[in-house]
Amino acid sequence: MNGEALAEIRNLRVDFPTPTGWLHAVRGVSFTIGREKLAIVGESGSGKSVTGRALMRLLPRRARIGADTLRFGGTDVLTAPDRAMRRLRGARMGLILQDPKFSLNPVMPAGRQIAEAWRAHKGGSRAEAKDAAMTLLEQVLIRDPRRVFDAYPHELSGGMGQRVMIAMMLAPGPDLLIADEPTSALDATVQTEILRLIDRLVSERGMGLLLISHDLPLVSRFCDRVAVMYAGRVMEELPARDLASATHPYTRGLLRCLPRLAERQERLPVLRRDPAWLADDAR
Amino acid sequence: MRRIATPRVRALLATLASIPITLFGLVLVTFLIGRVVPIDPVLAIVGDRAPQEVVERARIELGLDRPLPEQFVTYLGQLLSGDLGRSVMTANPVTEDVIRYFPATFELATAAILLAILIGVPLGVLAAVRQGTLTDQAIRLFCLTGHSLPVFVLGLLSLLVFYAGLGWAPGPGRQGLMFQDMVDVRTGVLTLDAALAGDWGAFRDALAHLAQPAGVLAFFSLAYIARMTRAFMLNELLSEYVTTARAKGLSEARIVWGHAFRNTAVPLVTVLALTYAGLLEGAVLTETIFAWPGLGQYLTVSLLNADMNAVLGATLVIGLIYVALNLCADLLYRLLDPRVRT
Amino acid sequence: MSRAFSREWLLSDAPASRAQAAWGRRYQGWVAFRRNPLALGGLVVAPAMLALALAAPLLATHDPGTQILGQRLQPPSAEHWLGTDELGRDIWSRILYGGRITLGMVVAVVVLVAPVGLLVGAAAGYAGGTLDRLLMRVTDVFLAFPRLILALAFVAAMKPGIGSAVAAIALTAWPPYARLARAEALGIRSADFVAAARMTGASPLRIVLRHVAPVCVPSLIVRVTLDMSSIILTAAGLGFLGLGAQPPLPEWGTMIATGRRFILEQWWVPVIPGMAIFLASLAFNLLGDGLRDVLDPKQR
Repeated sequence: MNGEALAEIRNLRVDFPTPTGWLHAVRGVSFTIGREKLAIVGESGSGKSVTGRALMRLLPRRARIGADTLRFGGTDVLTAPDRAMRRLRGARMGLILQDPKFSLNPVMPAGRQIAEAWRAHKGGSRAEAKDAAMTLLEQVLIRDPRRVFDAYPHELSGGMGQRVMIAMMLAPGPDLLIADEPTSALDATVQTEILRLIDRLVSERGMGLLLISHDLPLVSRFCDRVAVMYAGRVMEELPARDLASATHPYTRGLLRCLPRLAERQERLPVLRRDPAWLADDAR
Repeated sequence: MRRIATPRVRALLATLASIPITLFGLVLVTFLIGRVVPIDPVLAIVGDRAPQEVVERARIELGLDRPLPEQFVTYLGQLLSGDLGRSVMTANPVTEDVIRYFPATFELATAAILLAILIGVPLGVLAAVRQGTLTDQAIRLFCLTGHSLPVFVLGLLSLLVFYAGLGWAPGPGRQGLMFQDMVDVRTGVLTLDAALAGDWGAFRDALAHLAQPAGVLAFFSLAYIARMTRAFMLNELLSEYVTTARAKGLSEARIVWGHAFRNTAVPLVTVLALTYAGLLEGAVLTETIFAWPGLGQYLTVSLLNADMNAVLGATLVIGLIYVALNLCADLLYRLLDPRVRT
Repeated sequence: MSRAFSREWLLSDAPASRAQAAWGRRYQGWVAFRRNPLALGGLVVAPAMLALALAAPLLATHDPGTQILGQRLQPPSAEHWLGTDELGRDIWSRILYGGRITLGMVVAVVVLVAPVGLLVGAAAGYAGGTLDRLLMRVTDVFLAFPRLILALAFVAAMKPGIGSAVAAIALTAWPPYARLARAEALGIRSADFVAAARMTGASPLRIVLRHVAPVCVPSLIVRVTLDMSSIILTAAGLGFLGLGAQPPLPEWGTMIATGRRFILEQWWVPVIPGMAIFLASLAFNLLGDGLRDVLDPKQR
């Protein structure tokens, strides 16, 4: 990790109330992230999305969040007042969601949503905001910014929608970008394009990237470090280039399950889950 | 040609095409109620105290001795030329009576819906934003009361408290005795006419008389509107785009009104149009309590006098308005939702 | 193996039999329902009112029709718990007997309307095609009228009275059930179990009755309970306009109509029946809301 940490998380715990008791979604996650690309990988229900949102305090009100440390920059996220969090969100942290069909406001033109993000933190007139939005649309490689600016989200393809989303979140110039499954709703061909775009923009601006995904090989190509989560805990954290030599049985199991074109396989291996991984002190 | 026949236009045409059928059904039903349901339709029209020769003459005059399908065609023809028959009670053509009494109902219903929107929508938004808190529970209880209290009971209670008890509101009726017939009838809407004539005394009087019945009538639509607004808002506040808006660091007010409410507005407008239609029902009962000379009172008085022509005529007109409002609601929805537009 | 019907058994993650799964679902539904205090209130009050109405002869203190002209318009007292009306009749007893009429009318309407609407809607949804379109046109026409207005016109054509009022309300109340049942039926008409029934030679009537209709029942129950409150209001409204039960019958709406002119001085005469209507309507609303939250959350 180079330079100072942007965010520091130590022993994060998130619980949700259910009719039959508390659901422990995150059970003691710790990591730090600086101006680098960190991937959090896990299956559905591993708590990876919840972790990302906890950092921005975007969880529903009924969730119970606790941690030894949950800091972004100089702010203690656990105790900060709402006003302080609002200043952090957008201006210093951005969040890209999975499906632009749902994550963009359906009754507002796309360009206006980008302009709104820009104006909320940089001030300025509508015209200035519109110019900034057009520039951003060009930066995310949209060929016809004028048309996209006036278009409604349902008129855009998945890939274009995600580019709008990226433009919107980069508009206020944040330091950290949290991308929660940014390509899971896209076609395979578009997935790599979008990730490459994110990769390039984040590098150009010297930002940090927290990439949350279930796709291990995909993130390992784009990220510096990988944290593997299972059942609310981080099983293993290692540099992306060392992935093949992972030591934790869960990570090894995941790697083994990936089908490979180059090798001959008679049967796809099945991941065997060790109940010991669910224990409170599993590591 | 293909550009015009988009799915949207086709759906619109389908809706419009079903209107004549519904209207036909409406007319059929009123016809059946008038001619088939009563034991002797002639007696229903001339009253059961008329002497025998009058009854027989009426039977032939009204064509009630002809076969039913022929009667229906004649009926249809009369309707299309605007003839709703003659009222036994007022001896006027029903059409004339309807035109005379409708503006009062229109005034009452419009005042009520405006009140209901002004109070109900913000209440609904407030309840949604503060979901689960005491405010929310209180508003929900209020809405339930609105759903469960009969209009006429509330009207009576209102008279008791605000008229007899506190003396804030004037008594039943549309105008004080002083102002009777003082204002030229131009639109039929008394408050408007008084304002147009510059007669501010009459205007204040008319407004004072309008306040109570409109308030009572508004109470129920208010409860319904607040409840629907709350439901829609709750739904929207759970959406992903609201999370996005939060992640952008926007203020809570902007998120609630600029994002969530903007999405609520589309189905809400439909609800409002339908509520306006529902006010017609409430008007019937409210007008009876407050002696408001509108279509509702005309209907009930005709009912008590068994004046079938008037009853059916008024029913048909109200049914027509209802259909028109439903159509409006449908059109508004298509117009406002950008997803339906392309 | 936990004991049958214990809490553990009901909440088990892996039920051993279909019966256990069904009971588990019912228990979870009950737990969810129980958490809503207002719904519980409705669950208690609504049947209580029905019970009180049924037990009227046992609970009434006076004969509801006896006029004691010397004791007209008395306020509530030890002898007359809710006072007396303009003809000296005991209001408490009239409310009890009136409950039989008002609630009886409502129950009659529901008993008429729900099965008919269910069958018509299920048949229309299952059959599809011209039958479906025809039936939907018919419901459209009835839905095009505001309920009260159509009921008024209908009663006006017949002689005003309980029978005509019930018939009139029933006529306007059935379309929503047909629509609801049709919507559900449309959803399952291409389901596998329906196809299986068809392949074993079941007649369409049997399929509709034994397979399609039962699926529509839960949402119909919710709707019926919620509707009860508005049917109570419509029936009382008709009574208020003089078109339902005729005086001297103690129907709640009729009592308000005759007692109306005393609102300013002896307000209890019209207001107490009004509160009875309100309470009944509110109870069914609360119950219906609670049921809906449990049985059909997407209808919220």
